[in-house]
Amino acid sequence: MSTANQASAAKSQRWPLTKGRSKRVLPGFGLSLGISLFFISLVLLLPLTGLVIEVSAMSLSEFWFVITDPRVVASYKVTALAALAASLFNGAFGLLLAWVLVRYEFPGKRLIDAVVDLPFALPTAVAGITLATLFAANGWYGQFLTKLGIEVAFTPVGIVVAMVFTSLPFVVRTVQPVLEELAPEDEEAAVSLGASDAHVFRRVIFPALWPALVTGVALSFTRSLGEFGAVIFIAGNMPYISEVTSLMIFIRLQEYDYAAASAIASVILLASLVLLFAITVWQARYLKRLEGR
Amino acid sequence: MASNRARSTRSLQHRRVGDSPAIKWLLIGIAIAVTTGLLIMPLVVIFTEALSSGWSTFADNLLDQYTLHAIGLTLFVAALTVPLNLVFGVALAWLVTRFRFPGRKLLITLIDIPFAVSPVVAGLLYLLLYGRNGWIGNWLADYDIQLMFSWPGIVMVTVFVTCPFVARELIPLMQQQGSEEEEAGVVLGASGWRIFRTITLPNIKWALIYGVVLTNARAVGEFGAVSVVAGNIRGQTNTLPLHVELLYQDYNVVGAFTSASLLAGIAVFTLAAKGFVEWRQARTVIRLQAQETV
Repeated sequence: MSTANQASAAKSQRWPLTKGRSKRVLPGFGLSLGISLFFISLVLLLPLTGLVIEVSAMSLSEFWFVITDPRVVASYKVTALAALAASLFNGAFGLLLAWVLVRYEFPGKRLIDAVVDLPFALPTAVAGITLATLFAANGWYGQFLTKLGIEVAFTPVGIVVAMVFTSLPFVVRTVQPVLEELAPEDEEAAVSLGASDAHVFRRVIFPALWPALVTGVALSFTRSLGEFGAVIFIAGNMPYISEVTSLMIFIRLQEYDYAAASAIASVILLASLVLLFAITVWQARYLKRLEGR
Repeated sequence: MASNRARSTRSLQHRRVGDSPAIKWLLIGIAIAVTTGLLIMPLVVIFTEALSSGWSTFADNLLDQYTLHAIGLTLFVAALTVPLNLVFGVALAWLVTRFRFPGRKLLITLIDIPFAVSPVVAGLLYLLLYGRNGWIGNWLADYDIQLMFSWPGIVMVTVFVTCPFVARELIPLMQQQGSEEEEAGVVLGASGWRIFRTITLPNIKWALIYGVVLTNARAVGEFGAVSVVAGNIRGQTNTLPLHVELLYQDYNVVGAFTSASLLAGIAVFTLAAKGFVEWRQARTVIRLQAQETV
């Protein structure tokens, strides 16, 4: 270990880097780069090769046939619509929750703040059976909702509920720090000049918040697209109606149809990687603007 | 009189949006109601259901042969996963916060892949590569090594799913702290290991602990990816979350919630650890600020 440190230190002394900002004073560049690249290649990148090989062994028409199977297409629609509904709900409620946690003092605030992270800590399968139990026709919530004629468990609405639960923390935790950093001066000036709360919120506060809000909603959407454990227990999993795409992949796997599973997986994987990349670019852009560079 | 006027001007100056009591309490009311309904009640349900047939049934369910095996396997998987991701997370955080190099941003994006990828897809990726038909799995089969549908496969996908957590906790903190203290250590002639142990580690200790706790919570709770590669063999490759599913599908709801309550207990512990770590960090910040003003 120390030899690696010395080696990299010696290297950076022998070849001083020309770019002024990248001076490597600290040791451990070689070691940490080695560990990180080895790990990322082995754990994150190498497994992708299996999918590429499997998919490239299919002919284009086979591939197209599998990914446009009506039952699979229905699952894309169910997944995307439920994820959209869930992330929009979380956008609204997450903003409200972040606002309340930053702006107000009230009894139980610390408990609420702590419990926001529960969906990240609770296993998805546990969330799934718990929500299914709560919303079942004889469950604590289900018995009231049934009287109102609303069915949640074993319908697409149940999928939305499960997605709302698992992705709730994203919006709260991206908006909260921005709200905390918001300088009170502009807002106070506007209020003291007689502008209404709604007006000030729309014209002063929201413009500062919305990049973070969009990031949170996008993260929530991405997470919901891939959600499996929480969804399958409450969805009822009826073909064409309440099957999510992750479940379609799982079903194809259980039929030992690895090629079909891979084809569908490549669609959903591509969608989530594009989203992830878009979120990263978006964040970099608005961070730059906030820092005034 | 004068103080009265002073107070009224101050309150006028400091009035901010949403300060009127009606709006304030309406928003707080909604926040508490929805959070209770969506987050706190599920937690209550887990423990209520687990104990719904009494403590002795709870104990029987817990001491069931298959449940005990699932607990053991889950702890074993976490014990292998967490140290691996700890080393990786610290190395990556050190790399991207202490050095500038081409491709640095790409690395930060790459480690978010497990967050974005569906757990089922994650499991599939490993199955395709290391399964009997995969190019590595095929080669390993010649040596009679089977990784999928046995515990090594479970460990591998769990490492995949939980690898961002330690790095994600450390990177913002280490970026904020900067590297002046470590650079001072270099100038004074300390070795790399000594700098890390005596300067960096105390600074990042609490975030590191929370990263480990979170990694552990996700490692014991991973369901989708593990269910693809485990094959659900009762008493062999059944982790605790898979066991919960199995019991639930068997209509043994109380049994399912008994196992679920263990996992929920770990989740509650994770939240408590986060609260504690944030409290410690806030205290450190206050102490540093106090030192600066002195």
